[in-house]
Amino acid sequence: MPRPTPLRGVHTSLGATLTDFAGWLMPLRYGSESAEHNAVRQAAGLFDLSHMGEIFVTGPQAGQALDYALVGHLSVLEPGRARYTMIVNSRGGVLDDLIVYRLAPEEFMVVANASNYPAVAARLAERAKGFDAAVEDRSEQYALVAVQGPRSQEILAALTDADLAGLKYYAGLPATVAGREALIARTGYTGEDGFELFVANDDAEPLWTALTEAGAPHGLLPAGLSARDTLRLEAGMPLYGNELSTALTPFDAGLGRVVKFDKPGDFVGRAALEPLKDVPPARRLTGLVAAGRRVPRHGYPVVLASGGSTVVGEVTSGAPSQSLGRPIAMAYVDTAATGEALAVDIRGRHEPVEVVDLPFYRRNK
Amino acid sequence: MSSIPDELHYTKEHEWIAGVDDGLTLTVGITAYAAEALGDVVYVQVPEVGTTVAAGDAVGEVESTKSVSDIYAPVGGEVVEVNTAVVDDPSLVNGDPYGEGWLFRLRLEGEAADLLSAEEYTALTSGES
Repeated sequence: MPRPTPLRGVHTSLGATLTDFAGWLMPLRYGSESAEHNAVRQAAGLFDLSHMGEIFVTGPQAGQALDYALVGHLSVLEPGRARYTMIVNSRGGVLDDLIVYRLAPEEFMVVANASNYPAVAARLAERAKGFDAAVEDRSEQYALVAVQGPRSQEILAALTDADLAGLKYYAGLPATVAGREALIARTGYTGEDGFELFVANDDAEPLWTALTEAGAPHGLLPAGLSARDTLRLEAGMPLYGNELSTALTPFDAGLGRVVKFDKPGDFVGRAALEPLKDVPPARRLTGLVAAGRRVPRHGYPVVLASGGSTVVGEVTSGAPSQSLGRPIAMAYVDTAATGEALAVDIRGRHEPVEVVDLPFYRRNK
Repeated sequence: MSSIPDELHYTKEHEWIAGVDDGLTLTVGITAYAAEALGDVVYVQVPEVGTTVAAGDAVGEVESTKSVSDIYAPVGGEVVEVNTAVVDDPSLVNGDPYGEGWLFRLRLEGEAADLLSAEEYTALTSGES
């Protein structure tokens, strides 16, 4: 049985279609997922992300422990700021992608994906041995609610005195929201401006209700995982299990920039990753836009359009795009096929695709 | 609970068939239950007019944001008409699955076998939901 989040009752009363995602019972959509997607692009959407993991690393050497455990240079992060980073195994394979928030000089919060956080917490605990730092998985205590979209700031401002205008992208601050203690972070997974609010489980429902009421005049809709997936895909953001896996290094995923070789000391994966940093990868994560209306989906082969059945890649994520009006996909494609006309084998028929730069969608700032 | 009109016939693949009792030309669509399960339909491919199909053949497909499903011929026959409006506007499948969202019409050849009544289809879907 998948686990419910603290907002299960809310989802049920909203008539959500629920789905098992990584062992959690999550809202897939509340009504039309296209309407939810468009609400986030044009107004705002409200998401339950309580399935994500929150792992706290604290102590005088918390930063150094994370420098060793992760590929990023976290000890230089300013308190109140956040970084996108990864945890890899000794072979350099990606175990998870993470956002790390430095809440205080000696306190970090590592946010990990639902499917991975127990393993991430275990690895962090193992890797922090020998450092003056403690690792505690507090995922069970926290709910996570996100408000995403161009109207997010106005909506949230009605519920808090926090200085939202002064809160930068990839920054966080503790605040009171609708009378509840929350960590407000200006982060997201939609390609829009927005906020993620970490609160105690018991505060999730009152917070959700307050945001729903404050958001109603702005066009806010509750949004499910289906919209979240199409939003992040348009924004060219990787999803662990699709674009990222232990079989791939950060370089394979085109995200070598997150690996900080210039930080002091050793880190798990350094020896495996260092020789790869100047080697062009054999495959590249590539944006594809379908010419027709059939959707290239996860696992479909990418082939040369010139005929034959030479497979030159594989689709990792694909969906109809509301913003482009055509199906889009991300795929790992052989660099040897660069410049060639490509097609995707969609259940036996080769459908032509156009290669485009990622992301597919970029908001106007 | 999605609607299941009494006068229609159904298949286990969540299609509805109209006209079984009174004619040779049957109209086929997908049920409200199926449309709700798929979510927003974004693409519909229907068979070509003039194609002869056997019962159980995959003759088209319906794609939504998250998934794709085959459309099957519920009975054998010749495709005599397709709904071009639903090809142009696939959201008709969600908006009016038993009406404007119909998919194609078949001239029945042989017998219409193994179809479910509304009551049987209701039992099937209440078991799944």
